[in-house]
Amino acid sequence: MINKVWTFLIIIGIFFSVITNRIEMLNNIIFDSAKISFDMITRIFPVMALWLGIMKIAQVSGLLNKISFFLEPFFKKLFPEIPKGHESLSYISANFISNAFGLGNASTPFGIKAMKSLNELNKDKKTASRSMITFIILNTSGLTIVPTTLISLRMLHNSKSPASISFICLLVTFLATVFGLTLDRLFSKRYKE
Amino acid sequence: MMNLLSNLLIPSLVLIIIVYGLYKKINLYDNFIEGAKESFEIVLSIFPNLLAMILAINIFLNSDVIGLVLEKIKDYIKFPTEIIYLSMIRPISGSSSIAILNRIFEKFNPDTFIGTLASVIQGANDTTLYVLTLYFGSVGIKKIKYALWLSLLTDLFAIIISFFLVSIIF
Repeated sequence: MINKVWTFLIIIGIFFSVITNRIEMLNNIIFDSAKISFDMITRIFPVMALWLGIMKIAQVSGLLNKISFFLEPFFKKLFPEIPKGHESLSYISANFISNAFGLGNASTPFGIKAMKSLNELNKDKKTASRSMITFIILNTSGLTIVPTTLISLRMLHNSKSPASISFICLLVTFLATVFGLTLDRLFSKRYKE
Repeated sequence: MMNLLSNLLIPSLVLIIIVYGLYKKINLYDNFIEGAKESFEIVLSIFPNLLAMILAINIFLNSDVIGLVLEKIKDYIKFPTEIIYLSMIRPISGSSSIAILNRIFEKFNPDTFIGTLASVIQGANDTTLYVLTLYFGSVGIKKIKYALWLSLLTDLFAIIISFFLVSIIF
């Protein structure tokens, strides 16, 4: 699937760049992409190391397990395949909490750890398991409590109440999460081969 | 007040974790180093995925296909094209959608109907394609089954809900 999307984006992109006469820019963009992704990695890397370090302390001390204990009743319903007390639950909790508080850069390393841990439970290592897809939906529809970048951008453009959209955003993400998880249930039942 | 609270969030989180670890008598420093080391492995596994996706997305955005199509159908739809443009770019690229939002704010005030709707669409959605590539790519999953359709459908749902909720307020 990702393979198809990737190919589609490149072919359509090059084709229309030629039609709209943006070939010169296209040359720059191809090489810039390499630079942009490297810059991005160099920005993510140190923050990731920092959070993984801090999280390790929380994990070894058992704090992470304590947090996931509170979320367990909720996650048990969402991820029935995960055995009780499996470490992936604590990563999922950490990812969920940091997402909700707008700590985007912290939620990514937790999310990747969660995926790695979910793949250990996975029978076919190359195919997404149901728990993984549920986790992805939980992430892409991500509950947001404080959208910080957005508020500052609104402030910049002289909004009278820059933070006023926070509540609607929260409500929309909540409804979208419920919608996504419900569909996920239906899809996964259908997909059983 | 809000600012102080959000500034206190991370330091207090770090403090809680450290104090709890201290109480449990574990070696804080060694564990920190151990955890931080894991970032190397993760970064190595996500970089190729990130590079591939950024390349494809930037080539795609350079052609401005979406803008081209919207320009053609502009006269037939009564809905502001800026909103549609933003909705279509949002799941693909975070930085581009911020740029579009910026343009919307320059044209319409953030407190207008369009400004508010655009804000909610930006705030309530995520860069779906980026999350999918990063998360599945980092563990080497090749077949993602219905994950892409499902997450795009959820994004679409969020956009429709945003429209209704913002309409109610205005």
